[in-house]
Amino acid sequence: MSLTPLTKPWFHAPAGHEKIWLGCAVLWCFVMSLMMPYWHFRGKQNSTGEAYTVKPADFLARTEKFVAANQVGTYKNTQHNALMPELPIVEPPAGGDAYLIGRMWHWYPALRLRLGETYRLHLSALDLQHGFSLQPLNMNFQVLPGYDHVLTLTPTSKGEFTIVCNEFCGAGHHAMSGKIFVE
Amino acid sequence: MPTPSHSLSAPGTPGRVCGTTGLGVCLDAQRFIKLNAVAGIVFLLLGGIAALLLALTRWQTVHLLPVDWFYRILTFHGINMLILWILFFEIAILYFACTTPLNARLFSRKIAWVSFGMMLTGAIMVDYIIIAGKADVMMTSYLPLLAHPLFYLGIILVAVGTLVGVFNFFATLYVAKRDKAFTGSVPIVTFGATAAAIIAVVTLLHGAVVMIPTFTYSMGWTPQPDPAWYRLIWWGLGHQSQQVNVCAMVSVWYLLSHIIVGARPINEAVCRTAFVLYILFINLASAHHLLVDPGVGATWKIWNTSYAMYLAVLASMVHGFTVPAGVEIAMREKGYTNGIFGWVTALPWKNPAFSGTALSVVIFGFLGGITGVTLGTQQINIIAHNTLRIPGHFHVTVVGGTTLAFMALAYYVIPLIFQRDFIFRGVARVQPWLFGLGIVLLSFGMSFAGSMGVSRRSWDIDAQGVYGPAAHLWLGVLGIGGVLAFVGLLVFALLCVGTLFFGPKIEKRAMADWGTPPALAGSQSGSLAHDHYATKGTIVLVLVFLACFAVYYFANWKALADVWPVR
Ligand code: HEM
Ligand SMILES: [Cu+2]
Repeated sequence: MSLTPLTKPWFHAPAGHEKIWLGCAVLWCFVMSLMMPYWHFRGKQNSTGEAYTVKPADFLARTEKFVAANQVGTYKNTQHNALMPELPIVEPPAGGDAYLIGRMWHWYPALRLRLGETYRLHLSALDLQHGFSLQPLNMNFQVLPGYDHVLTLTPTSKGEFTIVCNEFCGAGHHAMSGKIFVE
Repeated sequence: MPTPSHSLSAPGTPGRVCGTTGLGVCLDAQRFIKLNAVAGIVFLLLGGIAALLLALTRWQTVHLLPVDWFYRILTFHGINMLILWILFFEIAILYFACTTPLNARLFSRKIAWVSFGMMLTGAIMVDYIIIAGKADVMMTSYLPLLAHPLFYLGIILVAVGTLVGVFNFFATLYVAKRDKAFTGSVPIVTFGATAAAIIAVVTLLHGAVVMIPTFTYSMGWTPQPDPAWYRLIWWGLGHQSQQVNVCAMVSVWYLLSHIIVGARPINEAVCRTAFVLYILFINLASAHHLLVDPGVGATWKIWNTSYAMYLAVLASMVHGFTVPAGVEIAMREKGYTNGIFGWVTALPWKNPAFSGTALSVVIFGFLGGITGVTLGTQQINIIAHNTLRIPGHFHVTVVGGTTLAFMALAYYVIPLIFQRDFIFRGVARVQPWLFGLGIVLLSFGMSFAGSMGVSRRSWDIDAQGVYGPAAHLWLGVLGIGGVLAFVGLLVFALLCVGTLFFGPKIEKRAMADWGTPPALAGSQSGSLAHDHYATKGTIVLVLVFLACFAVYYFANWKALADVWPVR
């Protein structure tokens, strides 16, 4: 009974329906556990957490260098409440490195990528934690100050994508955005 | 010199005999159950008012609060609900579980006062500093965000106060055992509460490890702790404490299904093992929050997500079977033997404690459990992290599950411990349904909006220009569900407080019956104890559950396969 102490003999091996259910539950838990290593080797979408420590000032310098070397245009944000009306559009070499800064309250710079090419996208934050949330695909990664988070990313659809911030970062958080164009 | 006995039946012990159950009640424990439960319900009401404001702001068409107040109230809501309401009520449950079922008296009145005093002081400090606008950091307070030192100090006080209360619980258990207040192993309700208490200690120690250096940093005494380290340890507190809630909730399921229907666990050995699995396999659950973080590798993430076996999930699946199975057996023994589900229709659905428990089991299992395991799958987290899918998940675990179970419990705690019958009993009978329905709608709204990429903790989704009418529609569902849930919560709080003042007093008589299924002719208690194929309805229900689980789980893998390849 639920409210009275347990007395001997207390052990009964599961039987009947209980045994059936335990069997199903164990099996299912096992399947779910195996799915993750399976996907790690066979699936295409994984978060490996590849990261290097970096000082915010160094990451900013790398990004500025990347922008200076690869800028191909300027993006004008016409959204009425845009916090960053203009961003450089930068196109990294196919297979090369791209840098993206999250800071209060925009993602810098805008990127232009080629369909089907693979890039090493370096993400870091200069001030607070931010959340890299690529819309409308809905791919989400955490971005921390002091960590260079590297995503090896292959765009497989064309168009204009918006990076939203989905980690709270102060009063302008809801309007923090950035752009990725895929051609 | 003989030590005074801590058994309730010892002469001179401050106790009384319950007029309804015939069980002994320790008067010290009774006082602190009252204090902690009332404090909990007050914080629930505060958090509930905040909830209404939040729901009406995320409902994009209404968009009530200005931006700074939205984030302030969101911080306030998280703290008051997840920390204050839950912890105060859990201390009340612990004090009950270590005294009455064991026929024991509370170890120390002084320690209980210290615990309560620290928790209350800490709670007031935190609430004050949030409303003063000096801690707009969310309850997670991720560094480098920084709040006023009082915020951290208040949380530390609440945590230490809780630890002191937990100590009182263990001391009571120890002394009761030593003085042989009971024989055999503790009842399952106490067993579950003990599991909760053990996890609480581990959890709160994580809290100390992360909060103390953050506090000293906020005072300018020490350098800033690393943000990644902070996330790892903070979630050792934040996620594991959810297992405390699960243990407490499951214990309440066992308790109420026993009190109302006369259910008994069909296999104590299995149920207890399941509680032990919770203790053993939840320790690095903080991984669930770091699945798309930098700095922690894939192997670490995968291992700590499941420990190769998902044993904590297995434990929940066990309870999800044994609780309804116990009810089914009890009902069949009472003579409700019609078909597979005849016993279900005969259940006392108008008894708010019963409907609350049943809804809690269903909402927690079907919605909370399935979404939780799926979102916490390492790779699937890529399409869910920090979207509204996350609050969509935990509002059906800790709200539709734990909070609703605690509300159900209150329908017995107030008559039995405060010794007053409820006022407006007809209103009480619909309250769990209203709250449950509201929370389910809220969660659906959040989850679907989240699948469309709408992020959590965001004041305005129109700033980006990326979300279409469907996302707005689901935010409307969130809003309507939120309002319904708020009304359900308000009704609950008013009923409780009103009853404390105006409820008809119960002195030596039994409490007014909420409704229990009467035994039919030919009923025979215990007749099915050895029939292992008697739970026909339950086995069908759990297999349907498993099918839903599998469909949802694999649908999410499919959705993941559609996004860009990434490593
Ligand atoms: C009337 C019932 C409730 C309603 C309408 C409600 C509504 C909400 C809403 C709209 C949010 C904001 C989501 C976002 O924008 O990210 C939220 C967040 C949250 N709620 Fe509730 N809620 C209710 C009850 C509860 C209860 C009882 C608990 C805990 C026991 C709870 C725990 C939380 C937590 C932990 C958060 C996240 C705070 C954060 O992001 O820092 N809620 N809730
Ligand atoms: Cu941000």
